[in-house]
Amino acid sequence: MQQGMRRRALATAFPHTVPILAGFLFLGMAYGIYMNVSGFSFWYPMLMGLTIFGGSLEFVAVSMLLAPFAPLQTFLVALMLQARHLFYGIAMLEKYRGLGLKRYYLIFGMCDESFSINCSAEIPEGVDRGWFYFWVTLLNHSYWVAGAALGGLAGSLLSFDTTGLDFVMTAMFVVIFLEQWGKEKTHLPSLIGLGASAVCLALFGADSFLLPAMGCILALLTVFKTPIDRMQAEGGDAQ
Amino acid sequence: MTLTQQIITIGLCVLGTMLTRFLPFWVFRGGQVPAYVRYLGRALPGAIFGMLVVYCLKGVQWTAGTYGLPELLAILVTIGLHHWKKQMLLSIAGGTVCYMLLVQWVF
Repeated sequence: MQQGMRRRALATAFPHTVPILAGFLFLGMAYGIYMNVSGFSFWYPMLMGLTIFGGSLEFVAVSMLLAPFAPLQTFLVALMLQARHLFYGIAMLEKYRGLGLKRYYLIFGMCDESFSINCSAEIPEGVDRGWFYFWVTLLNHSYWVAGAALGGLAGSLLSFDTTGLDFVMTAMFVVIFLEQWGKEKTHLPSLIGLGASAVCLALFGADSFLLPAMGCILALLTVFKTPIDRMQAEGGDAQ
Repeated sequence: MTLTQQIITIGLCVLGTMLTRFLPFWVFRGGQVPAYVRYLGRALPGAIFGMLVVYCLKGVQWTAGTYGLPELLAILVTIGLHHWKKQMLLSIAGGTVCYMLLVQWVF
């Protein structure tokens, strides 16, 4: 019974993670190769993929490992780069409630991709939510660690031209955005997210736009709370 | 950097990441989530997905090089495919293949 439930959740979860399989094997390998050519053995990308499990920070961590020891700066960079997870947590407060011990792993492994799938997926009737979330998180985590280890071991032997394969992540977020767009009763939050981020990117540049963008999003969502609340409430259950 | 310093550096990256992931759940663990935070929980997903799309495109040069044309075209293909077939995997694969062809053969 328990086992059947787990297997059904795995069968439902796996197709959702296939784009991540492609993207993470590729990006993870790119990361492993990068660490490899920076002079680290494959243990580094593998263990860092396992414990940090946050792509952008892991790339930055390579340069921090090569620079003189600066613990405070390292910690602050980690906090700033990963601050967007605060948003994910707030968005998943209700969904990850009451899932027992599993939720600790779900929160630990909540990277951009796992968050996006778990937040947006329509889980069919009869499939256990908790196990679905669990498999999505575990599969994505495994893809990333496997990619990082492979890249660290044998990356330079890759034989076909993979230029542009990293676009799989962009395409996935575009599709998840579209799915969200189709579901929502008001497009205001989506437009705020797109607009505020684009404006901040233009103003602050690629390396430092995320924090101001998050600030603007919070401010705008607060200013427009009343109309968004009203429009989300219209037509029944607020999603 | 010594091995100990490396371990501390990596450990601080883990700690920073986990703080940002666990903090909301820890702060609102009591079950009583303020109405404003619940509102954010409802309104944030759309905004976050918009932010992540922009985040993916942050490295694109809009005013030089290819002017972001391969990215724009591939996104249009992704949107078109998704509008047409509503199959997530097909839209993602189609957009990615289109982008790879564009950057490898056209631009």
